[in-house]
Amino acid sequence: MKLDSRIPSGPIAEKWDKHRFEMKLVNPANKRKYHVIVVGSGLAGASAAASMSELGYNVSCFAFQDSPRRAHSIAAQGGINGAKNYRNDGDSIQRLFYDTVKGGDFRAREANVYRLAQVSVDIIDQCVAQGVPFAREYGGLLANRSFGGAQVSRTFYARGQTGQQLLLGAYQALEKEIARGGVKMYNRHEMLELVTINGVARGIVTRDLITGKVEAHVADAVVLGTGGYGNVFYLSTNAQGCNATAIYRAYKKGAAFANPCYTQIHPTCIPVAGEHQSKLTLMSESLRNDGRVWVPKKREDVGRKPSEIPEEDRDYFLERKYPSYGNLAPRDISSRAAKEACDDGRGVGPGGRGVYLDFADSIKRLGAREIAERYGNLFEMYQRITDENPYEVPMRIYPASHYTMGGLWVDYNLMSTIPGLHVIGEANFSDHGANRLGASALMQGLADGYFVLPYTIGHYLASNQFEKVTTDHPEFRAAVEAVEQRTARLLGINGKRTADSFHRALGRIMWEQCGMARNETGLKQALREIPAVREEFWQNLTVPGTGDSLNQQLEKAGRVADFLEFGELMCLDALHREESCGGHFREEYQDAGEAKRNDDAFCYVAAWEYTGDTSAPVLNKEPLAFENVHLATRSYK
Amino acid sequence: MSGTMNIKLKVWRQAGPKAPGKFEEYTATEVSPESSFLEMLDVVNEKLVLEGKDPIAFDHDCREGICGMCGMMINGVAHGPSKLTTTCQLHMRSFKDGDSITLEPWRAKAFPVIRDLVVDRSPLDRIIQAGGFISVATGSPQDANALPISKMDADEAMDAAACIGCGACVAACPNASVSLFTAAKISHLGLLPQGQPERYRRALSMVAQMDLEGFGGCTLFGECMAACPKGISIDFIKRMNGDYIWGAITEKPEKVTLGSG
Ligand SMILES: Cc1cc2nc3c(=O)[nH]c(=O)nc-3n(C[C@H](O)[C@H](O)[C@H](O)COP(=O)(O)OP(=O)(O)OC[C@H]3O[C@@H](n4cnc5c(N)ncnc54)[C@H](O)[C@@H]3O)c2cc1C
Ligand code: SF4
Ligand code: FES
Repeated sequence: MKLDSRIPSGPIAEKWDKHRFEMKLVNPANKRKYHVIVVGSGLAGASAAASMSELGYNVSCFAFQDSPRRAHSIAAQGGINGAKNYRNDGDSIQRLFYDTVKGGDFRAREANVYRLAQVSVDIIDQCVAQGVPFAREYGGLLANRSFGGAQVSRTFYARGQTGQQLLLGAYQALEKEIARGGVKMYNRHEMLELVTINGVARGIVTRDLITGKVEAHVADAVVLGTGGYGNVFYLSTNAQGCNATAIYRAYKKGAAFANPCYTQIHPTCIPVAGEHQSKLTLMSESLRNDGRVWVPKKREDVGRKPSEIPEEDRDYFLERKYPSYGNLAPRDISSRAAKEACDDGRGVGPGGRGVYLDFADSIKRLGAREIAERYGNLFEMYQRITDENPYEVPMRIYPASHYTMGGLWVDYNLMSTIPGLHVIGEANFSDHGANRLGASALMQGLADGYFVLPYTIGHYLASNQFEKVTTDHPEFRAAVEAVEQRTARLLGINGKRTADSFHRALGRIMWEQCGMARNETGLKQALREIPAVREEFWQNLTVPGTGDSLNQQLEKAGRVADFLEFGELMCLDALHREESCGGHFREEYQDAGEAKRNDDAFCYVAAWEYTGDTSAPVLNKEPLAFENVHLATRSYK
Repeated sequence: MSGTMNIKLKVWRQAGPKAPGKFEEYTATEVSPESSFLEMLDVVNEKLVLEGKDPIAFDHDCREGICGMCGMMINGVAHGPSKLTTTCQLHMRSFKDGDSITLEPWRAKAFPVIRDLVVDRSPLDRIIQAGGFISVATGSPQDANALPISKMDADEAMDAAACIGCGACVAACPNASVSLFTAAKISHLGLLPQGQPERYRRALSMVAQMDLEGFGGCTLFGECMAACPKGISIDFIKRMNGDYIWGAITEKPEKVTLGSG
């Protein structure tokens, strides 16, 4: 497989402008003749579908929820970055670029990141014009806060519901286009297969989740904006339906999967409380602006009430280890520090898996009212779940699976290794390297959907001839048949275990062996265990009911089946990467707890290619060159 | 932390939109008060599946009170007994050992049942299509700070924009009116300077769509606001009515086209 990243030549600051000029355009009158399928209606999918429809393309958009507004982007809390420098605190496109490359631990592609920083500015303008009610100051101008991994305040927010408000903006633009007839929306439809003809993406196969009908859809280009695969860990901050199916099916059809082992474990989530727990709730990282993270210095203090532990017996471990960033150290670093404290027997709460996030000092300094203004809804949410009042008792937090930097490999045009298949948002691998900075996922999803893909897809369409095909084409028929057979197979096993129980089993393996810390022995063990769970799945699964109506167990089983293969790919990638970088911490490669990168051997994107054997994919490498931000050890001390 | 509980459930089961429905009884045993309401149902479903029976279908996704996907009548109350709380955020500590809980889908003509507790809420999307947006094409805007907006207006717009589109207001309303949902969007956009050019025709078309979908009229009972998990205020309905009346007087009729963008 040849990986051509198609990075335009020239100085980094001019690449995107130059590329935009060089790309071919589609004549306005011809645009409606092109049919583009967008799978996903999150920030990436909805913004792309709406923008392409505005340009005149004929768009179909698919989502598995009952309305595009429910995509998981809705849950993002903290904010979105934009290099506006409204605070006059030294921000710039260059600095956002630099922070993102460094934050990603030098494992992202410079050209993409620079473009992301450039368009970040337009995103804020676009959203405000759509009516996104960002927080404002008394003078009427936009407010900002700071986020982990940055020393400037460049994060825009709408209370603790930034994702909701941004998604509603994109959703409303999408509904406007649906009403106009430019987009046809397919809610409660799940994509189960990608269709390629002569190696080119020409459509998808979906299952209507209400009627069970398996349908083929033909298009001139396919876009996947299907989100991340964080649910491979079973417990995560993701919504229940988040899955790897769309991207994993595309991988099996030939799209390279890049850096699957780069997953982000978010430091501030509510710890696990019970055995039937179905999800972990994130407490926005913005809380770390005013909350101080600590554990008792002495193990014997772990059971004591926090208020009874005197100041000198507390270990504010982030402030101690990373004095210049303190509580705002990047996520990977903060998560690992919390894990270390708990491994050391100083964790608090049930099972000793928690650290305090304490607002007492800020409440003293700013008053409870100001704290309520900043975080009121997050405090309420915490109290609703834990029955504890964070104005009085410090919050307890623990890291949880949250975001996945890995995803389908894409070139500068956001096209995968399958011509015509474009991938946007969390589903691609492109901009965050080995670790994503806070408030940058929303930015990337909207950058891809509003400002990058609408250009690059035009170039793809204008540069190629499309043979007319219908769903009668043998490739479409074969794909439909494959989906029907798979559904029948899942329904026909009649075993004794639920899809959920297999998902939990997989999640345990992934969390233990391929979570916050990884090592060769553990990964090899996981690589033995996962195929065994998978084998049992196909022999002992039970799915009640039929395939011709709403069957949530069947949906779940299909997603778990893909996770059971995908988990293996993740472990293979983690095993091969014999270095520590960003979210990928290999215990063998460290300097007294700090990640040790190996730029000589691993400064590349690992793009895995499916071979037909789930356990033996082929590794392709895209070398990474750092011409503008010089390779350096990432330090937040 | 108290011990576990046993809960009796009476659940509306309906195989499809046209199938007749009926209540069936189940027992949820050894429920931890720390678990969420939906986790309690997960355990009941896991047991049903292992017995080879159809599990109870219910909608959910984020399980943190923001996507608006979940929702059911719990003992006759939309989203259950806790104020300002979606079904997914309800915790079993709100119940006690031995309680009986009746579960029903949202009941409204405009929301037909799909299966068990799952209903079709697509009318809500169509109301947004009728005008719940600001027509601004990607790439055209001015600088975000070019137009200051008073903090008060921005905050109030945000209060309205917090609606999650769950439909509880419809389910709670004796007339099955969708006014609170519609008013929330009309107010969110109408409170902002960017929303002014389309303000009145937005109100006219969204209200027209609401009627077209078969929702009932609003008589300002206030049940909607009591059930709303996001505390959307009924004052927004008054605002919507004002915009509607002003629109009816001032807007030229040919401008009121459905979903015009
Ligand atoms: C709790 C939480 C808080 C966060 N907070 C922040 C934050 O403050 N700032 C920030 O920058 N980022 C944040 N993130 C990350 C960010 O929200 C996500 O990375 C981003 O929203 C992903 O957007 P997306 O459009 O790529 O995917 P999603 O929003 O996940 O959308 C995926 C879409 O694909 C559809 N889909 C998926 N699979 C299929 C299929 N097989 N068939 C059909 N449709 C399918 C779904 O229906 C959905 O419409 C947060 C994430 C979480 C979990
Ligand atoms: S107004 Fe409240 S109850 Fe009605 S849909 Fe919105 S959030 Fe739900
Ligand atoms: S499941 Fe998302 S609001 Fe309840």
